[in-house]
Amino acid sequence: MAKLEDPKDPEHSRKSESRKKPGLGRRDFVKLVGGTGVAATAQVLSGHKLDAAATTVPEEVLGSGKVIGPGPVPMTLRINGQARKLTVEPRVTLLDALRNHLDLTGAKKVCDRGTCGACTIIVNGKPTYSCSVLAIEVADRDGKPGAEIRTIEGLAPEGKLHPVSGAFVENDAQQCGFCTPGFVMSCTAYLETHRSPTLEAVKQALGGNLCRCGTYVGVRNAVVEAAMSMKGGRA
Amino acid sequence: MADYRWPPTDKCSLIGRRISRLDGPWKSSGRIKYSYDVNRPNMLHGKLVFSPYAHAKVVSIDTSAAEKMPGVKAVEIMTEPGKEVFWVGHEVAAVAAETEEQARDAARRIQVHYEKLPHLVSDVSPEKAGEHTKQLAEQTDGNPDQALQQAEVISEGEYGVPVITHCCLEAHGQVAEWEGDNLTIYASTQNVSGIPGEMVRAKIADSADKVRVLTPVMGGGFGSKFGADTWGLACARLAKKAGRPVKMMLERDQELLAAGARPSMYAKVKVGAKKDGTLMGWASESWGTGGPDAQGGAPSIPYVVRIPDRRVRHTTVLTNIGPARAWRAPNHPQMCLITMSALDDLAAKLGMDPVEMLQKNIQMTGQLAKTYSAELEKAAELMDWKKKCHPRGDKTPGPIKKGLGVSIHTWGGAGHASNCNCTIQPDGSVSASLGSQDLGTGTRTVIGIITAETMGLPLEAVTVNIGDSKYPPDGASGGSTTVGGVSSSTRRAATAALNQLLEKVAPSLDAKPDELEAIDGKIRVKGNLGRAISWKQACAKLGTTPITGVGQRQRGNDDLISSGVGGAQMAEVSVDTETGLVHVDKLVAVQDCGLVIDLKTAESQVYGACIMGITYSLFEDKIMDQQTGRCLNADLEFYKLAGIGDFGEIVVHMMTGTGYDERGVIGLGEPPVISPGAAISNAVANAIGVRVPTLPLTPDKVLGALEKGAVA
Repeated sequence: MAKLEDPKDPEHSRKSESRKKPGLGRRDFVKLVGGTGVAATAQVLSGHKLDAAATTVPEEVLGSGKVIGPGPVPMTLRINGQARKLTVEPRVTLLDALRNHLDLTGAKKVCDRGTCGACTIIVNGKPTYSCSVLAIEVADRDGKPGAEIRTIEGLAPEGKLHPVSGAFVENDAQQCGFCTPGFVMSCTAYLETHRSPTLEAVKQALGGNLCRCGTYVGVRNAVVEAAMSMKGGRA
Repeated sequence: MADYRWPPTDKCSLIGRRISRLDGPWKSSGRIKYSYDVNRPNMLHGKLVFSPYAHAKVVSIDTSAAEKMPGVKAVEIMTEPGKEVFWVGHEVAAVAAETEEQARDAARRIQVHYEKLPHLVSDVSPEKAGEHTKQLAEQTDGNPDQALQQAEVISEGEYGVPVITHCCLEAHGQVAEWEGDNLTIYASTQNVSGIPGEMVRAKIADSADKVRVLTPVMGGGFGSKFGADTWGLACARLAKKAGRPVKMMLERDQELLAAGARPSMYAKVKVGAKKDGTLMGWASESWGTGGPDAQGGAPSIPYVVRIPDRRVRHTTVLTNIGPARAWRAPNHPQMCLITMSALDDLAAKLGMDPVEMLQKNIQMTGQLAKTYSAELEKAAELMDWKKKCHPRGDKTPGPIKKGLGVSIHTWGGAGHASNCNCTIQPDGSVSASLGSQDLGTGTRTVIGIITAETMGLPLEAVTVNIGDSKYPPDGASGGSTTVGGVSSSTRRAATAALNQLLEKVAPSLDAKPDELEAIDGKIRVKGNLGRAISWKQACAKLGTTPITGVGQRQRGNDDLISSGVGGAQMAEVSVDTETGLVHVDKLVAVQDCGLVIDLKTAESQVYGACIMGITYSLFEDKIMDQQTGRCLNADLEFYKLAGIGDFGEIVVHMMTGTGYDERGVIGLGEPPVISPGAAISNAVANAIGVRVPTLPLTPDKVLGALEKGAVA
């Protein structure tokens, strides 16, 4: 893991990387530590957002010495009410599984390390950074269904707009739009549990999503409008 | 015949209204595919190998181990042995494999041997840079020495803006796919029409006609995505070698290291005035870095306020911080910060309200003097400036100090070359096609509005085709040139198409084409509600042949567009003198841009620019480690972007109506991002009584400045 080495000596870092064959990346590290560690780490990184994703590798697996991977393993994810089968390496993040293997590309890859929120989806009802969860953590296991995953594609049928998406359009809460699906998902998850948010609460709730174009004024207005609309205050 | 010139705005049903962007639903539903989202059948994933050194010579590259890694299908050397790399993140090689994970593994196994060379990653002092400097410019106008001698008050200061990055949320990159000799590139680019030619020049394709670039939407460019880039060429070559499509997008660290660095600018300034505030003379020694090859150019300062007697010297520092690329309003935010800070310090020394001082010298702003004056007045009203302003140093008790700051700016924004085909089909459908692109600025919507307005149709009746190099060639979207270009070509094309239709329809209405107008979904005899036919009936008269109007933005003077805007901004901040934290409580932006086509997306541009401005004012800095030459914050944890809660209120006011509308369309993307740095820095100085010389205004710098000069 290059990050842990002496940053003052890139020569050393490069050499040691090549000695390791292959180098130990963050994902590999995460994979070695195991699911429990991942959940704990992810929770720290994204604050309150992630406890829902703390589906861990069962003790019987960890205790039995049963090895999952490193090659691709079949798994089933419960996405937008459908069971989706795929075969990916255990180190593949939920974000990469969605984007690269299921063509669900609404969740975006930007920082890929739990900072920007562009990859936000809803896992068991909570907004979750999908770049910081491994797909295998939330998959079916031993006959038990995995986590309930909602992506932006599941918010509304094609050609229709969820009230939150509609409010983003109406309030022009998007420019380049690359952060927008993440915002929409954070906002949806928040409004599903908080019907009458204050501006201060909105700033907190959406504090884990970043926008480069600077659409936050529109987002603030969109949340207010979406809240009214989801309460039935408007269509 | 219908007149191509803009109708009066009070006669418009769409132009100048607040209209939601056409691609809004595609984006907020997550359904539209950005380049990063394109998944082609059998597609491979590419990853780059980049230099860990700020300056080195590539001695050898061994790809043999990587080639044997699972899933690897192609390898490409991007920097041949013997060539140099000039910054950490400089691309060296690339690999394509079945999965992203495999590509990443393989990239790590490419063995590159470097010979380390001396680097310089500091731009703060040209003296210390030694031979790594180049004097770019020296200019004297009038007699600055005499003018400064005659000045009754002199202010001297040092100001600066460090290197920052573009940090596009959609990283640079593309998907490349070959079908025989034909190449399709799904590129995240600001220059759809320009990339095919680049592929030919790089000898990747044998003809530009065989290259198709598709960019329906793109996730941010800000001036850093004009070219195909070395990784675009490498991606096309990998795809050719592998015989399969390849997606290669930069990872976040590469995006921050290699995909664009805004040149820095620092200056020592001496500026003088009479006691009544009349500006007398200016002398400045400025420097900055535009990367290893001195890009970025010399500043034109003093900015906007052209003090006639001036001497400026500029030195460029050649560094290995990163590759300079145009960043929204190239050079202007830096020149603005230096000038407006110096003038603000001078006003403070004079004990004069800085807004009054700008107004006093407003004639020095030249042709736009009246505009600036009106904008300053409007901004002061929206800020409640007169009531809130106080002399430098907030005297109220307690650790939180409040202050106000002001700045003015300018930009050109003339339209670029643009071609539009507007087609009316016999079934009544209408489309406008241009090889342009929408960066999130609202280009698509503007084209739709102008086409629909011209045809007298609702916006939904029009299809806008952009983001495809097969459409008529259009300019790159940079320098706020797009809206002028596409507005002119679209209006001309739509008018030309409509006129053909009017000729066809005229006999059936027993009128001359000249007597007809297209309005409310009808073609009718002007002023005669009874003699009309519906749009559909009119188009049915075309039989089986659609008609196309061709429109071209006129070279030189084009009476649909113009250039040159002003803009005034005022900031109100709270500074915690115990923690050094700065909070922007309110930012007022008053902006002109001629004729506004879509008020909603125009205002969004200004809101966004204000927030981007707050971000570079308070947070952004590409931090380099001098010893290793590495960037210490090539990630989003430490390369900070403002979040939704990091600022207070933003007030945007667009100057429209008489005096503005008749100027025609002028670009808007750049100007409002220029002033925030100066306005916020001035507000902080006003709050705490002392200047924080450089951006970003981080707590350590605020506390450092407070230590040097206690709160008044």
